[in-house]
Amino acid sequence: MFSDNLETIDGVSIFPIIGLILFFLIFIGIVIWAFKADKKYIKKMENIPLENDNEESTNTENENEIQ
Amino acid sequence: MNVEKFSYDNQIVKLFTFATVFWGIVGMLVGLWIALQLYIPELNFSLQYTTFGRLRPLHTNAVIFAFVGNAIFAGVYYSLQRVCKARMYSDLLGKLHFWGWQLIIVFAAITLVMGFTTSKEYAELEWPIDIMIAVVWVIFGYNMMATIVKRREKHIYVAVWFYIATFVTVAVLHIVNSIEIPVGLLKSYPVYAGVQDALVQWWYGHNAVAFFLTTPYLGLMYYYLPKAANRPIYSYRLSILHFWALIFLYIWAGPHHLLYSALPDWAQSLGTVFSIMLIAPSWGGMLNGLLTLRGAWDRVRDDPILKFMVVAVTSYGMATFEGPMLSLKSLNAVTHFTDWIIAHVHIGALGWNGFLTFGMLYWMLPRMFNTKLYSKKLANAHFWIGTLGIVLYAIPLYWAGLTQSLMWKEFTPLGLLQYPNFLETVLQIVPMYILRSIGGLLYFTGMFVMTYNLFKTVKQGSFIANEETEAPALVMVKEKPARGMIHRWLEKKPVVFAIIATGVILIGSVVELVPTFLVESNIPTISSVKPYSPLELQGRDIYIREGCVSCHSQMVRPFRSETERYGEYSKAGEYVYDHPFLWGSKRTGPDLHRIGGKYSNLWHFMHMENPRSMSPGSLMPPYPWLLTQDLDVESTPAKISAMRSLGVPYDEGLEDYAIGELSTQAQKIAMDLIENGAPADPSKEIIALIAYLQRLGTDIKVNDTEQE
Repeated sequence: MFSDNLETIDGVSIFPIIGLILFFLIFIGIVIWAFKADKKYIKKMENIPLENDNEESTNTENENEIQ
Repeated sequence: MNVEKFSYDNQIVKLFTFATVFWGIVGMLVGLWIALQLYIPELNFSLQYTTFGRLRPLHTNAVIFAFVGNAIFAGVYYSLQRVCKARMYSDLLGKLHFWGWQLIIVFAAITLVMGFTTSKEYAELEWPIDIMIAVVWVIFGYNMMATIVKRREKHIYVAVWFYIATFVTVAVLHIVNSIEIPVGLLKSYPVYAGVQDALVQWWYGHNAVAFFLTTPYLGLMYYYLPKAANRPIYSYRLSILHFWALIFLYIWAGPHHLLYSALPDWAQSLGTVFSIMLIAPSWGGMLNGLLTLRGAWDRVRDDPILKFMVVAVTSYGMATFEGPMLSLKSLNAVTHFTDWIIAHVHIGALGWNGFLTFGMLYWMLPRMFNTKLYSKKLANAHFWIGTLGIVLYAIPLYWAGLTQSLMWKEFTPLGLLQYPNFLETVLQIVPMYILRSIGGLLYFTGMFVMTYNLFKTVKQGSFIANEETEAPALVMVKEKPARGMIHRWLEKKPVVFAIIATGVILIGSVVELVPTFLVESNIPTISSVKPYSPLELQGRDIYIREGCVSCHSQMVRPFRSETERYGEYSKAGEYVYDHPFLWGSKRTGPDLHRIGGKYSNLWHFMHMENPRSMSPGSLMPPYPWLLTQDLDVESTPAKISAMRSLGVPYDEGLEDYAIGELSTQAQKIAMDLIENGAPADPSKEIIALIAYLQRLGTDIKVNDTEQE
């Protein structure tokens, strides 16, 4: 089974620790990036869902109410 | 600039929308039915097909994969086209996806009530259906990725990241958890056993919640909430962090479903730590949703859609706070195996998934039919009925869970169990079960109100199958990722993005799963633990078929209250031949791991025929068909072979005389029953089940455990 192959790797136990550190660093990188990100870019991104609306969204106004 | 004319495909969205409503009704109806069966067992109508153990997986599968699944697809197909400014890549793939998914649901419903199940929660479907799911899922993913690739919007909105992560992760989860050896058209054994199977299953189960019920819905939230509120999300930066933190953390938290079990301690602690960390991104996401409405709360008063969304997001926050709390060992000790967990998951299912779906449908359907919602009043009524339903559902169950747990743990001053009869603790909470079913009925009523409202909306509108629109063609300029630009570069490359997201969840999975496969000391072997005899193996498969695991655990936790009640606590080494593991997650009935030898064969015989003859007032349904149905002995050699190929050390050539050995053991049990006055027949299924039950947990009683 695959576990037999893994056992033959020297120092396999260090891999998870490397993985964790790598994860942590990448995540810190993302945090720093997110906070430094350009205002114009953020503005553009957050408005993507609101673009190309043909109608103004007023959700449930009007309609044939049941009396 | 070159402006291109194209259209959005609403046809596929409409199909998935209708399927959502239809399967929602089916799934909730089955849920209501089994909620009633919990205190009126006769409601199985004395049919094996409609008994709790078989309907429970039907309910969970119908709600998760049919109702929520179709809602995800409806929401994704609608929003993806619009944020990518592109029609879906292929109408044909969309149709294949839709009909393939509905076919899977129908097959699932049929096979589950017939008793074909792997018994692994939310992964009960047998291998041919597993393969279909994989194929259809890849069709969906391919169609989605291809649409993103040919988009006209340079940047990929955060909702789409959630969709991509959902696609890749669910694919990985489903495939890894479904690796099984077929022993017939609709029967298989998982390659993992015992502790390993439990770990893989709850890595899957937890992340099915994370990546099927949460991440796609967060994607929907990030699209539909801004749409309904007509304003951008509160903080786009926060949504970026929300996404990456969830992806990084979620995959590690699975072991919190196995606290105090025979799982190695380090793995349990890993699950706890990551669960606690999950509070941060989850609440970040919830606040991001709620704060989007800052300064617009007056509109929430008027708009039922926003009301649904506010309750949905609040429920998300409640469930994601409660989850980490339940991962603390001290709280887990009193809540695990109880109805508390059922209440917890229904806050998620009814509040988060249900209400966000309703809000989305109310918003989306009138737009596709070029009309307004038929009745705002009815939508408001639905909101209040549904909210009351959730409250009436959850609070009694929280109460019931805690009450029962405390009763399990109550000792007299002399140090004896205060409530040694398990049944007493069940009967105590029956009033709560009744209230819960009323809550469920209210929620279900709301669903009907919505269906009527949407039906009328559809009738008064005219469907826009292809919504014409236009957008400038996307000119991809080669940009070198400058400093601080890596993420922006990344989110323009959907395939690279998908691969990185996969990498992130894979590393977490590998670290969580591999060591239990790798390090032998994690599962100390016990020399007296032997493989099941052919008859016991068949009996075990009947236990699986009838869904006994829905109500009975096989995991005595190392608490005095449990060792007093059930016997010696469970050891990892006792499960090494259990393909699949049957630890269970809920005790509506008592734990069965030490049931072997506790009662006579006759007791089991009578009890299975009519539980109330042995335990007056019992809420367990009778299983009289086990006394009349012939045991399928012919499958025995194939099952033995399959088990051996998975590493169970059966004697060479056992296949040839397995049937003989099986009937010898069956004769012995039948003789014992006949001597005691029961009309037993050795060829019937009940004999195999008794053999299995009498074997359970007895191996370590043979001699001392030997640890290596």
